[in-house]
Amino acid sequence: MSDFDKSRKNNGVSRRALLAGGVALSASLFAPKVLRAQDYPTAEVNTTGLAVTDDTVTIGILHSVTGTMAISETGSVQAEKLAIEQINAQGGILGRKIEYIQEDGASDWPTFAEKAKKLLVNDKVASVMGCWTSASRKAVLPVFEQYNGFLYYPTFYEGLEESPNVIYTGQEATQQIIAGLDWVNKEKGAKSFYLLGSDYIWPRTSNKIARKHIENFLTDCKVVGEEYYPLGHTQFNSVINKIRLKKPDVIYAIVVGGSNVAFYKQLKAAGIDMTKESPLLLTISVTEDEIRGIGGENIEGAYACMKYFQSLDNDNNREFVAAFKEMWGDDMVIGDVTQAAYLGPWLWKAAVEKAGSFDVDKVRAASPGIELTSAPEGYVKVHENHHLWSKTRVGRAQADGQYEVVFETADLVEPNPFPEGYQ
Amino acid sequence: MQVTRKNSLFTRYELIGFAILAAIIFIVFPMIMDTFRLNLFGKYLTYAFVAVGLVLCWGAGGILSLGQGVFFGLGGYCMAMFLKLEASTPENTSIQSTPGIPDFMDWNQLTALPWWWEPFHSLTLSLIAVIVVPVAFAFIIGVAMFRRRVGGVYFAIITQAIAAVMTILIIGQQGYTGGVNGITDLRTLLGWDIRTDEAKEILYFVNGALLFVCLGIAQYVRKSKLGRLLIAMRDQEDRVRFSGYDVANFKIFIFCLGAAFAAVGGAMFTLQVGFMSPSFVGIVPSIEMVIFAAVGGRLSILGAVYGTLLVNWAKTTFSESFPELWLLGLGALFIAVVMAFPNGLAGVWSEHVMPRLRKLGSRGDSGTPDAAPSTPAAE
Amino acid sequence: MFADYSWSELTAIFAMQGFAGLILFSVFVLMALGLAIIFGQMGVINMAHGEFMILGAYVTYLVSIFFAEALPALFPAYFFIAMILAFIAAGALGMFVEWAMIRHLYKRPLDTLLATWGLSLILQQVYRSVFGAREVGVTIPDWMMGSLPLTDMIEIPINGIFVMVLAIGISVGVYVMMYRSRWGQQVRAINQNRVMAGAVGINTEWTDRMTYGIGCGIAGVAGSAFTMIGSTGPTAGQLYIVDTFLVVVFGGAASLLGTIASAFTISQAQSIMEFFLSGSMAKVLTLLVVIGILMLRPQGLFALKLRK
Repeated sequence: MSDFDKSRKNNGVSRRALLAGGVALSASLFAPKVLRAQDYPTAEVNTTGLAVTDDTVTIGILHSVTGTMAISETGSVQAEKLAIEQINAQGGILGRKIEYIQEDGASDWPTFAEKAKKLLVNDKVASVMGCWTSASRKAVLPVFEQYNGFLYYPTFYEGLEESPNVIYTGQEATQQIIAGLDWVNKEKGAKSFYLLGSDYIWPRTSNKIARKHIENFLTDCKVVGEEYYPLGHTQFNSVINKIRLKKPDVIYAIVVGGSNVAFYKQLKAAGIDMTKESPLLLTISVTEDEIRGIGGENIEGAYACMKYFQSLDNDNNREFVAAFKEMWGDDMVIGDVTQAAYLGPWLWKAAVEKAGSFDVDKVRAASPGIELTSAPEGYVKVHENHHLWSKTRVGRAQADGQYEVVFETADLVEPNPFPEGYQ
Repeated sequence: MQVTRKNSLFTRYELIGFAILAAIIFIVFPMIMDTFRLNLFGKYLTYAFVAVGLVLCWGAGGILSLGQGVFFGLGGYCMAMFLKLEASTPENTSIQSTPGIPDFMDWNQLTALPWWWEPFHSLTLSLIAVIVVPVAFAFIIGVAMFRRRVGGVYFAIITQAIAAVMTILIIGQQGYTGGVNGITDLRTLLGWDIRTDEAKEILYFVNGALLFVCLGIAQYVRKSKLGRLLIAMRDQEDRVRFSGYDVANFKIFIFCLGAAFAAVGGAMFTLQVGFMSPSFVGIVPSIEMVIFAAVGGRLSILGAVYGTLLVNWAKTTFSESFPELWLLGLGALFIAVVMAFPNGLAGVWSEHVMPRLRKLGSRGDSGTPDAAPSTPAAE
Repeated sequence: MFADYSWSELTAIFAMQGFAGLILFSVFVLMALGLAIIFGQMGVINMAHGEFMILGAYVTYLVSIFFAEALPALFPAYFFIAMILAFIAAGALGMFVEWAMIRHLYKRPLDTLLATWGLSLILQQVYRSVFGAREVGVTIPDWMMGSLPLTDMIEIPINGIFVMVLAIGISVGVYVMMYRSRWGQQVRAINQNRVMAGAVGINTEWTDRMTYGIGCGIAGVAGSAFTMIGSTGPTAGQLYIVDTFLVVVFGGAASLLGTIASAFTISQAQSIMEFFLSGSMAKVLTLLVVIGILMLRPQGLFALKLRK
């Protein structure tokens, strides 16, 4: 994984460490590959009592391995462990091996809060990779702010948040939505949209942004229906009939979890063949992970708009996919969130090395501007608002469960968690 | 069943039991635990309120409610609404398009506070609401069901459905309720920061004291004529009815009392944990709370407290070390309690431990009266 | 809402919506029949019903893999074998559970609820350990996933027809068993008076075990069929449990006809409301109406007139 070292050469870790009082400057300047722990005395890199020893640093992994969310969060845990293993193989961070304490949020928000507090207060972890749903993030957020922890949050989410204690490695809603809508409008000539979602904050906020964009920024476009179904709903025949009646150009679907499987299977059974693209289906909630449950043959022809697909054609991604499969098995698939989770440890490593310290305040100060040239999704950069600049891509689902990338934005899309004009 | 001889509130053994529990909660726990663990146990104790209510409804009254989470949640939400309004000062929320309303309302394009949120600006009204709202709701359910003699299994399933409806409603009306995220980021109570360690410790003791108030009320009810009627109703409802008692009224009363306990627990939960979400209203937490009572012993109010502490402690411990085995363990616990120890911990205590203790005791001091704890026969 | 549409479009939509309601009805019947037998005839509350369904779904998944690997030529027909195996697997597990657990609890119906809830937790974790936390994708034969175009507007999903035929078939089968067979007579006799039934020579233990096994087996078949329309994961069974219980209770627990009537009422109400309102509100309203009616008529739609 030498690719990941390129990023560090550019961000001046060693120089900054030197200014901060590093002792043996020459070693780190001439051999930037391995930072040695003795160059960074524990007392200096850790002034706030975190779990840092002379040769290890402890971080937390906080996801659900039991309960309904385990389905989604397993991939994130795997990606984070892979990143940690790779970082350790390269010599760790500031010469220290990463050790992790894994806690189970059990798909239960207070448990997340409880475990977050345990990780921060009892275990004194230096950072936490974790959470998946917005609800779990909202539950742990006050804990992280109170005890000054540092969380890397991997999921694409609704935005409307910008915490000094969180780095959002997934996309916020505008990044994910606007490019996709522009694309179907321009390339496919779509004019009418039917918005559909599971009933909670992310689909509702995303659809709100989509509606504003469709009505205010696209010419002659309209929303012909907007609907929400309870999480776990499994009967979609009525809404499919409504869609037939309204004849939209695009079904904009943000259905999640088990409902996803039911929705796509019933859509196909009702004779709506997505490969004919009439109506066209655009989703922001179905990654390769979800397709495994849905079955590629049931979703073939649908379009998804997100920042990463497993089929992305670049060297970083090929290496990442190979390493992931080697560690977790050949039958693994990697979705958008899994990749974003993989970025967490690397971004943290880059920030720690830039800061020359594990102290949360210094890592926070160092975070904006951190770049990874070696991310599987390509180049990413941390924005002042703690979200990532990233490209947005549209993929077309194939029968084999993979997406074929049909479009990607020319430039990185700026994260904008509090979008003006979309509120 | 065995009726206690003296008509006083506590027998000697019960008094000792209460004293031991009080010592554990007020002295032992605070001494051996740091603030983090203490706060955790404080959270568990809020479930104990529900479990004690369930002992009254289910153990004594034979009414199994699978919807106690609804009352826990309503109490918690009432508290959370007050705290959220206090946290949403115009200064704190200046980033919003409408400052001064809770953040989730702003995200959902509400531009003014809904009228039914207004009373929650006042702590007094909020505290009243914590009790009154859930009890009123329980009263409506109780009147509708018990007057028509719905009981047993039907009652359990209908309350379960009510829990499902409540969850869907709260999640669906997210502009007014915070949706699936719940009401989060609660900070101060009348300017007092509830997130600090000292606050957590004080809240723990307040919580413990309130629990003992509820335990006292529960004990009083059980010792009163009402308590004996409840047990008579559980065992032979028709005979009680034919004796001229209005069975429905007693049931409604005990159901409302259980709801009130749950609501107090919910409010304390919100204060100690710092948020409230629909995940406490649904079916799964409601059934788990029944299990707390079952493990402790459905007939013993003290047992319910121990049961709650034990199950939750096990949950935290096992899910830390063996997250994947935890569900197996919990499932096995359910089955074991039902099959082997239908009277839970309290049953084990009074059937196995107490007789031996007494044997030991009588060897030395022969004057021990056989005032066994008033554990009525199971079925 | 309908001003912009032609008469033929509206007819077509209503026809299809009517059909959607019938599919939902069939789904409810399949979900509820197994439970109705267990709950109605034995008074046992089987909270693990959803997990028995998912067992059927996983069996289907395994059979589909086996056929895809070993007998690709017969793949289009694997579903029938999968359903039979699902019935056997779920039924066998049901009989084992009855033997190990339920038979000790007949006098404490509320306790069966807790014990089977514990069972459902265990089964969920077993599924998770064996099949992984993620949903598995069950490949359905192509011929079952299409739709039949009746006119150019009306299209009928084949899997919907399949579910309907299955629901009718199983209902008739259950009816024959319960009301036209010696075994059914025995079950009903035990339900009315266990002691007397035993006294006249009915082997109550064995009948109970068979009843429980058949109820669970039907759940397994339902789960197998639902791989066509829903997801297969460790916790997917939980999605069905509230609806299922409501259907059974609303129908009047002891009456199979009641279960079918209540499945029809609830499914039509839900389907119509879903069409005219948004999804979440339709669900809430349906549940509220059902609860409301149950409060007015707690014995359910079709109650046997019993003197307690």
